[in-house]
Amino acid sequence: MKSLAELEEIRKKTLEQISLRTDNHEMRVVVGMATCGIAAGARTVMNAFVEEFKKRNISDVPVTMTGCIGVCRLEPIVEIMDRDGSKVTYVKMTPEKVARVVAEHIVNGRVCIDLTIGEADKK
Amino acid sequence: MRDLSLHLLDIAQNSITAGASKIGVSICADKERDLLELEITDNGIGMDECFLKEVVNPFVTTRDTRRVGLGIPLFEASARRASGELRVTSEKYVGTTVSADFKISHIDRLPLGDIAQTLAALITARPEIEFKLILTNKKDSFDFNTSDVKIRLGEVPITEPQVLTWICEYVNEGVKTIFGGVLDEILS
Repeated sequence: MKSLAELEEIRKKTLEQISLRTDNHEMRVVVGMATCGIAAGARTVMNAFVEEFKKRNISDVPVTMTGCIGVCRLEPIVEIMDRDGSKVTYVKMTPEKVARVVAEHIVNGRVCIDLTIGEADKK
Repeated sequence: MRDLSLHLLDIAQNSITAGASKIGVSICADKERDLLELEITDNGIGMDECFLKEVVNPFVTTRDTRRVGLGIPLFEASARRASGELRVTSEKYVGTTVSADFKISHIDRLPLGDIAQTLAALITARPEIEFKLILTNKKDSFDFNTSDVKIRLGEVPITEPQVLTWICEYVNEGVKTIFGGVLDEILS
């Protein structure tokens, strides 16, 4: 049986790591989480980002959600607000594509062009 | 929507849009009465009577990207498909309660789905909101409250991956204890 007391352990363990981190909240992941997004699988996409960040020990990129972005047919949609202030919109996301976006875009700074909204409309 | 946890996420999203700082979810399964009740309560901006009357209409919405709002109508459709009903009560500037019930044994009743994932998604996106979850089966109940977690965590943020993992496990255990054997999809 789990109990709230276990949180004390987690607190002690994470406290040291936290003090080492720099507050670098420049990059942000925003997942479209309106009815259209949820029905298309946005929840698994969002949790895939959290999982992937956990695996790679990335803690300075917040994941948040927003309402309907307006192109429901392309959901799940993910917007990545980049360090330089630009925005990249990824469409028809899946947990597999999330792993790629995290590796290529968030870690290495290379945008996955083929997954972006601009490419989706060319097809 | 594939399951009830997705409906919950969707309706909670309305609460967030309404500026709520507290969102409560209660799920009650009563095997004797063959009734599953879901309720989402918030302290958001609320709706006036006029909007409330029209809220189940799919062509009524507050958003401006589109002229349809399907969250509540879909939830209502899911409830009705399982001999249930949806109710919305609201008071302007006080808050809103959305509740839906389902006949547990109905063949078209949606499964409960992953409540822990829904909660994790909500906490990740809006860590500052106080989320409360109550699960009951009339005999036992399970309570979860993000403010209890925050007190224990002190300066550690609730969005810390290890904390989220713990929350998921804790809630999953609660779901299993309370609904195991009560809802067919959850094994005891």
